[in-house]
Amino acid sequence: MTSTQIKDAPPALGEAPRGGQDRNRRPLTRRARDWLTAFLFTVPGLALFLVFVAVPILYAAYVSFFKWGGFGSPSDFVGVDNFTRLFQDPVFLGDLWRGLLLVLLSLGLQLPFALAMAVLLNQKLRGRAVYRMLFFAPYVLSEVITGVLFSMIFAPDSGLADKVLGAVGLDGVGGLWFSGQSTVMATLFLVMTWKYFGFHMMLLLAGLQGIPPELTEAARIDGAGTWQRFRHITLPLLGPTIRLSVFLSVIGAIQLFDLVWVVTQGGPDHHSETMAVTMFQFGFKRYQMGYASAISIVMFLISFVFALFYQRFVLRRDTEGALTTMRGSR
Amino acid sequence: MTTQTAPRIPMTARQVRRRRRLRSVPLYVTVWVIGVVMVTPLLYALISGFKSTDQLSGNAFGLPSPWVTQNYTRILEDSAFWRMLGSSTLIALGTTALTVGAAALAAFALARFAFRGREFLFTLFTVGLMFPFAVAILPLFVLLRTFGLLDNPWGVILPQAAFGLPMTIVILRNFFREIPGEIEEAATLDGCSAFGFFWRILLPMARPALGTVSVLAVVTSWNNFLLPLLVFSEPTWWTIPVGVQQFQGQYSSDTARIFAYLVLSMAPALAFYAVAERQLIGGITLGATKG
Repeated sequence: MTSTQIKDAPPALGEAPRGGQDRNRRPLTRRARDWLTAFLFTVPGLALFLVFVAVPILYAAYVSFFKWGGFGSPSDFVGVDNFTRLFQDPVFLGDLWRGLLLVLLSLGLQLPFALAMAVLLNQKLRGRAVYRMLFFAPYVLSEVITGVLFSMIFAPDSGLADKVLGAVGLDGVGGLWFSGQSTVMATLFLVMTWKYFGFHMMLLLAGLQGIPPELTEAARIDGAGTWQRFRHITLPLLGPTIRLSVFLSVIGAIQLFDLVWVVTQGGPDHHSETMAVTMFQFGFKRYQMGYASAISIVMFLISFVFALFYQRFVLRRDTEGALTTMRGSR
Repeated sequence: MTTQTAPRIPMTARQVRRRRRLRSVPLYVTVWVIGVVMVTPLLYALISGFKSTDQLSGNAFGLPSPWVTQNYTRILEDSAFWRMLGSSTLIALGTTALTVGAAALAAFALARFAFRGREFLFTLFTVGLMFPFAVAILPLFVLLRTFGLLDNPWGVILPQAAFGLPMTIVILRNFFREIPGEIEEAATLDGCSAFGFFWRILLPMARPALGTVSVLAVVTSWNNFLLPLLVFSEPTWWTIPVGVQQFQGQYSSDTARIFAYLVLSMAPALAFYAVAERQLIGGITLGATKG
């Protein structure tokens, strides 16, 4: 992704406009000066990034090999014990399973729904600007506000959801919502869809608007029906955006914390706990920093491996093929 | 909008329009229903805030009778609410200034200079794109404690700015690269230094992109919960998300009052969205098509 962008980079500062590609021909002092200038520009960002992002993650990796209560410096080295304990802990294994469940639900239900809405609101429809704005609006609300709001709406019996169901004679349908072991994940997913589908819809809308209308028009003239045009033209050309949307859904599911913490704190009986919540419980409630660090390292490794794999095998396709590169290098 | 049903008898323009309108009825119904589902929770919170908690349990759907304004006024008279709004604003502005400032400088170097290690640096920053906040939160907390930055707004601003850098650098770098090299050559010939070019020419030209990344940074900071929750043990610097959670814990039985609190807490974000909608959506789709 990056290597293709570099080739068409504008001539760098200090390079002669023509024939300047040969950097060795420039005087050494000048190259050193350029390097210094560039370096000075990156210093504030780099320092901030190293101190507050890179060092903490490396430190977490270090601490994950210790048994540590969080005070003083870690001294009780336990090797990979934290990790072996982790993969024997039913709660953590449950976290993995629940993370996977949320990913599957997001990809199987939320994304198709967002896509359908994007296609719908890409047509000439009266008031579509208002709908777009409305569907996206929950994205700007904090997860805490969303969580508190829905914990009241889904309050058993007294909440709006149960009252509405009761009013239309469906008393038995609702019920426990967030407080039921078997219903909590579904309710959580419902709230996540309310909050996030508009975001994915906006991404997909931007993707749709990048598809030249001549293509669908040509297919229409050739006699392709609505579904055929969608299946064979819109969907393939939307590929890069869909893949990005998938990527963000997965990363989002791996690090889900705020919403769960505010609404259920992982309960009832761990049935809505996520990796981040488990980590928080162990780190800041039970002061088992070593074990909690091991969780965060596993979280990091999962995101990292997934991201690398995805970049390498899925997103890479986006730089191949005429149309997508046309969009990419725009 | 199917086309196989080409009309055998030519229709008048009016008939065509009518047919088209009829066919789009299901579409209108669909979006309308979803619109209602989206807006109901927000509207319900707004109206419930005007009820007393007793009214709320007896009369969930109807309009309040009488309208109780006390829930709202009591919060607005409380200095704690305004202090929270103040800290949220201050932290959001601080984070944004720092993120955008540092990212613009770095993006400039990464976009317009050819130097050894540039690709490595850029890769380092982009790898940062997939660091979830939660991963680093434990050691970050230890780090902030060591630096004495707990219960200090810098303890939230600095890490937030650091975690905001990757996305901002990616967007700005792409934007900076699109500014033609001729402008830079002209500036250099006129005796402009690298920083002069950056400050007096590049930044003013990049104003739309800067607006976009600033709006993204403000929203991210405004909604952050985990970090301020850990850093601020004293209410002095509580931000809105932390305050909302505490308020809910404190008045859990007074439902109507919580609704009022929620409405007042989400109002600034929604107002900001109404004003900066274009930048926000532009930023998200820009990150999408280019990141």
